[in-house]
Amino acid sequence: MAAPSIKVSETPLVLYALRRADDALILGHRLSEWCGHAPALEEDMALANIALDLLGQARTLYSYAAEVEGKGNDEDKFAYLRDVRQYRNLLLAEQPNSDFAHTLVRQFFYSAFADLYWRAMMQSRNPTLAAIAAKSEKESAYHLRHSSEWVIRLGDGTEESHRRTQAAIDDLWAFTGEMFEVDEAERGLIDAGIAVDPATLKPHWLKTVAGIAAEATLALPKSDWMQQGGRHGRHSEHLGHLLSELQSMQRTFPGAAW
Amino acid sequence: MATPNTPLWEVFIRSRNGLAHKHCGSLHASDATMALQAARDIYTRRGEGLSIWVVPSNAITASDPSEKGMMFEPAESKIYRHPTFYDVPDEVGHM
Repeated sequence: MAAPSIKVSETPLVLYALRRADDALILGHRLSEWCGHAPALEEDMALANIALDLLGQARTLYSYAAEVEGKGNDEDKFAYLRDVRQYRNLLLAEQPNSDFAHTLVRQFFYSAFADLYWRAMMQSRNPTLAAIAAKSEKESAYHLRHSSEWVIRLGDGTEESHRRTQAAIDDLWAFTGEMFEVDEAERGLIDAGIAVDPATLKPHWLKTVAGIAAEATLALPKSDWMQQGGRHGRHSEHLGHLLSELQSMQRTFPGAAW
Repeated sequence: MATPNTPLWEVFIRSRNGLAHKHCGSLHASDATMALQAARDIYTRRGEGLSIWVVPSNAITASDPSEKGMMFEPAESKIYRHPTFYDVPDEVGHM
């Protein structure tokens, strides 16, 4: 019998940790899909390294969420035994790899945000979150550098690489607004000095993204219509497919270990 | 992928306790910045290094393997060049 999904008591702090953990797990899983398929061995390793950094971030955040929740859940249960609707990640993270340009633009949008986010979270009054942020920031700073350098080279590269990278920016732009969303659950934590207020990061994010786009001879879309829903479990059709692969072993053979 | 767009680079890493950068391998990259990042991602994943050099492979002038007789054999018969014929006084200590 397939393992059933767990129940999660989503207090604001548990939800806060899960949202960040889910971003890292899902984006990390997406990157891991490149393993053995990247355009060059060098980049295969680079993407796998980033995936492993993100997986590590997800693990500490899940463990912390489990500790705060105190209901006997753990990092594995959060990852393997929650349904699509229980996932709280950004829609950006679950978007398919598509081509190399989409993968790198997705990484660039996210890393430009994550690096600012972790840096701000280092000031959190919650010492565990501050410590997780301090470790993650060094990783995301490198992810940002790596993805920026690629976006510059792809945008300002050949005619085809430019076309593909511009298409990736146009396709993924509508998923960037969600990063700066705040709901009531998070507002309380922000006011208490525990959570980061992402709205304060937006001008910095835009500046970074616009700077790299200009250097890459790419145009940012004018549209400010943004997709939303991921933070509340309303996902694109892609996440279900991703989870069916990610969870198949634990769902089919509950508690299997090797 | 050895294409003209991604030439070969030689990678040198200085380890935690090493004084000199040591050659550890090579990789393909479009330019020096990307070569440095690839070197970081490929050769320092297990904490091997504190400093990286990348050098375009075509900037290295190498000796010709077919000339190794002329180049290196004459030195083999000159054992007196090794400092093994001297007694180092104890007072000198570690040299």
